[in-house]
Amino acid sequence: MSAIATGLSTLDRLDRLAQQDTAIHRLDPRAKVLTTLVFIVCVVSFGKYDVIQLLPFVVYPVVLAAGGRVPLGFVARILLVVSPFALFVGVFNPFLDRQVVAEIGGLQISGGWVSYASIILRFLLTAGVALVLTATTSFIGICLALEKLRVPDVLVTQLLLLFRYIFVLGDEAQRLGQARRLRSFGHRGMGLRPYGLMLGQLLLRSFARAQRVYEAMLCRGFDGRIRMARTLHFGRADLLFTLGWTALFVAFRLVDVPLLLGRLTTGMGQ
Amino acid sequence: MSHHTISVVDLGFVYPDGTRALENVSFEVGHGEAIAVVGANGAGKSTLLMHLNGLLSPTQGTVHIGGLPVIKSTLPEIRRTVGMIFQDSDDQLFMPTVAEDVGFGPLNLGLPPEDVAARVDEALGRVGAAHLKERPPYRLSGGEKRAVAIATVLAMEPNMLVMDEPSSGLDPQARRRLIGLLASFEHTRIIATHDLDMAAELCERVLVMSGGRLVADASVRDVFTDDELLAASGLERPLGMQACPVCGGTEAGRAGPAGDR
Repeated sequence: MSAIATGLSTLDRLDRLAQQDTAIHRLDPRAKVLTTLVFIVCVVSFGKYDVIQLLPFVVYPVVLAAGGRVPLGFVARILLVVSPFALFVGVFNPFLDRQVVAEIGGLQISGGWVSYASIILRFLLTAGVALVLTATTSFIGICLALEKLRVPDVLVTQLLLLFRYIFVLGDEAQRLGQARRLRSFGHRGMGLRPYGLMLGQLLLRSFARAQRVYEAMLCRGFDGRIRMARTLHFGRADLLFTLGWTALFVAFRLVDVPLLLGRLTTGMGQ
Repeated sequence: MSHHTISVVDLGFVYPDGTRALENVSFEVGHGEAIAVVGANGAGKSTLLMHLNGLLSPTQGTVHIGGLPVIKSTLPEIRRTVGMIFQDSDDQLFMPTVAEDVGFGPLNLGLPPEDVAARVDEALGRVGAAHLKERPPYRLSGGEKRAVAIATVLAMEPNMLVMDEPSSGLDPQARRRLIGLLASFEHTRIIATHDLDMAAELCERVLVMSGGRLVADASVRDVFTDDELLAASGLERPLGMQACPVCGGTEAGRAGPAGDR
């Protein structure tokens, strides 16, 4: 169950990074959330076989991370941990789509490999940017931005409580796992059955806790809406940030920048 | 609401699964009194407390707070009057930061942001937790969590405080600080606890619960020296009122802590 501990400490580190004070951190969360949304929409809207065209987009997460002093190694490590999902999603593409679309130095490359590469690249870009966004805005900041952007209260409240109680739940799960390990003496205990029971146990405990938290909220006048006193200020810098990057993303989407660069350089060479 | 009193008459409560948690409980609490509720695990202490601000509604009998009956239409008023401090502070601290958590109640009361900020500072200062303001609750120690949980309730400026096991899980010094803090309050206080020494120190009067019934309602000195009653209720004398294991004598001066307040 140390996987849980690792997960929680990663989340904790993300949150600590988000407490820094840099120009990127000082931007209004709404600016960063909106810009990132445009980024993601642009990246995922490319065609199935587009790979090269995606490359220019790397600039946004890298600039954001550098400006926000988010260590790229840390981001890369999290990406590595979550990458199996993306790796498996497209794993059959090379087998199903064998039509040769390119040839590099005698090596024939099928459409399947290209689309697989495209999937992985898109995953790295979108997941990476989400991590950098969290590390520069904080989970709570993102929630706040969502609230101000008129995302329904129910959803924002869910997210806020999720972030607050994931640590409590994680601790509880760790204690359960520890209790199991202490009495299974290095074996797998009684197979998978205890894990099922433990999950059930965890669910019941969460219900009981949810009930108590709700009661505590009622005691302090909760009426279905979480009010936060934080105020946001969307200034000129925020506007510039949002418009500037959005324009760049749209340009990347519409103009094939790598091709253009290639033409320019070969053009100059002639 | 002129008086911060509690009146419980013939209270009975049966949980939906059929468990009889409370039976014929009646007592009165006067303005500014500090009362301990003691009893074995499962004696009905927590269930009783949850009736004092309407988290549970009686199956039988009535509860009045400051003359107001605890019924659905009075709940907002009752909950403002009665501040409830939960056993597990994690249940009570649900907002992203300490300041926001303390401000949650006042904001729900509809106070303007400046007043909320002032109340947050005041409540945190009162419990000595002003320096924790910007911290997320999951990065607090047990003692800090408890102090902040108390601040979240103080910020609503209640007339009465209802506490479930306030000293559980605290280290000795944090417990000592908590006792000092609770002793400094002038609110009407109801404290359910297994920490009988704390009860003896803070309260003049003790309610003893056993099997969902109120089996004694008397002064600290009377209850905590009645060995028969204590044994029947799954309790024992507070350590401060037991014979010293080293010298064999009792310290007469500490035997009646309620007296030296």
